[in-house]
Amino acid sequence: MSAGAISPQGATSGSTLLEVRSVAKSFGATQVLKNISLQIAPGEFLTLLGESGSGKTTLLRLIAGFEQPTSGEIWMSNERLDTLPPYKRRVNTVFQNYALFPHLNVRENVAYGLRVKAAPKQEIAGRVEEALRMVKMISFADARPATLSGGQQQRIALARALINRPQLLLLDEPLSALDANLRKQMQSELKALQREVGIAFLFVTHDQDEAMALSDRIALLRNGALEQIASPREIYSCPATAYTAEFIGQTNLLRGEVKNGLVRWGALQWGTSHANGAALFSVRPEAIRLADVSLELPEAVRFRGIIRQQIYSGASELLEIDCGDNQILRARIPASGPLSGEHEFVFSASDAVPVTETRATNRSRATDREPR
Amino acid sequence: MYSRTYKAVISAPPLLWVGLFLLLPYALMFAHSFWLVRDGSLIHHWNLQNYRALFTNPLYFQVFLRTARIAASVTLCSLLLGYPLAYYLSFHAGPRKELLYQLVIVPLWVSYLVRGYAWKTILGSDGVLNGFLQYLHITREPASFFLYSPFAVVLMLTHIYTPFVFLPIYAALEHIPRALVEASQDLGADRRATFLRVILPLSIPGLLAGATFAFVLSLGDFLAPLLVGGPSATMIANIVQSLFGAAYDWPLGAAISVCILLITVSLLFATERLEKRWSFK
Repeated sequence: MSAGAISPQGATSGSTLLEVRSVAKSFGATQVLKNISLQIAPGEFLTLLGESGSGKTTLLRLIAGFEQPTSGEIWMSNERLDTLPPYKRRVNTVFQNYALFPHLNVRENVAYGLRVKAAPKQEIAGRVEEALRMVKMISFADARPATLSGGQQQRIALARALINRPQLLLLDEPLSALDANLRKQMQSELKALQREVGIAFLFVTHDQDEAMALSDRIALLRNGALEQIASPREIYSCPATAYTAEFIGQTNLLRGEVKNGLVRWGALQWGTSHANGAALFSVRPEAIRLADVSLELPEAVRFRGIIRQQIYSGASELLEIDCGDNQILRARIPASGPLSGEHEFVFSASDAVPVTETRATNRSRATDREPR
Repeated sequence: MYSRTYKAVISAPPLLWVGLFLLLPYALMFAHSFWLVRDGSLIHHWNLQNYRALFTNPLYFQVFLRTARIAASVTLCSLLLGYPLAYYLSFHAGPRKELLYQLVIVPLWVSYLVRGYAWKTILGSDGVLNGFLQYLHITREPASFFLYSPFAVVLMLTHIYTPFVFLPIYAALEHIPRALVEASQDLGADRRATFLRVILPLSIPGLLAGATFAFVLSLGDFLAPLLVGGPSATMIANIVQSLFGAAYDWPLGAAISVCILLITVSLLFATERLEKRWSFK
């Protein structure tokens, strides 16, 4: 059973736009999605986050109608969606490689959805112009897609999908083909656009930074199951599983022993409400600081350690601290000049978040920020 | 960088080949078309009489018109067969795709002559088709109009050139990113609209290439009329053949050949430009 089913459904409540009910999908013998249930509220920005092979794109394709679920149902505003062909669903998709029609110019691409519905010519012209203005591409109306850059094609794909005024827009890794700078810029434009049009976005990405920056809620998928679904702040500060803790941001996983409200991990110990026995705790690197006389932390856990490695990255630096017995903790502290030797460190016991054990993955994700 | 000698040595054989077996024969043909035959011997006297004969004698024009009509029919028929076949294979054949593809290609391995004789066997008075029709009591006498008619020529050439039409269309369809088809459906277009607005326009280069194959190859065909066409289906290449053979009028034959060549080349040129207009990266 996935952790998502037991974790709270996040901040949004009330009306539901789209509901995925116990959906599973298999391709032959391989099960790609296992019993997924989730809801999307009107106007919400929900991100499906996961490694390649986690099933996030498959879920998107099920909602768009390009694949049929093996079991389960998809509903949209009291209408069963999964039995309808794609062209009858009131959702639109922005494809990973944009999928612009190469034989049509920008204007014709954007007009496509209205043309196949045989909308009046006057209306088409007006709405195409409006859509192109919205994505700031009006001056490229007569260009062929092949002559446009990736970012420009991206905007056209957005305009083309939004012109049908869907209630839900599906975006399949739309920014993954762009270079880093453009990507950041498109992220903020995308977010602004989403607020402006008020359409619910279901956004697929493998990039956790992108998910954090854009989403109202993040649904983390792992091997076809929902690992956790929560707001970015919640999923970061209260990861339910070790996998979530390691996938979203960096973390230290401490495998401690709880006895009568006290955790022991190596030489360290702190108070917890966790039940007795083995327990796993996630401590974010930025929760660990250099101990300072002026620093007052509630439930402070102090320990001494030797700095093995210092990695400078501008505003902050990452320290690898040996706390004895080869127990390594990573700390992210504000940039503070070269450090070495033994120091005293501190973190608050409330920053040691108990997480559930996850199925064995041998790869450490703590330093792997781009799972691919 | 390669040395001059190396370049000369490596390019000599193909240049020699093309020069000896292509350019030289064409030059000879071109020259012959301006010469004359008098009393059974060739006279190297430059003149335009052969071309004048072509445009004044209605026989040639008639035969040429018939040839074009047959070639156009073959093109149309093989497109009508080849396109749906290619579409089905590319989009809906699923796991049977490979096998079906091989089945379409197999006839290309069989000799043209064998296939021609096969049609003769099928269409003749004592042929398979007549036998079958009499067996079913649809006809009482063997029908003679199947064989030795333009219809038989169109049938045989369609059979032979359909794979040639199928191949480029299939290649064009296979090159259409499936995401475009999905995008079209996503935007509200059903299957028919998606076909007409996305798939068909994007397959036009393949369609043009296939049509050109069928038309140009049919235009110069002389075996089909010989085997199954009969006198009512004589095509322009048969005229050329007899002029170079029994009639012994090489200059006139060469003049006709030059005309066919010009038509073919301008046709290829035109379709290539059209194909370019319809291909997008």
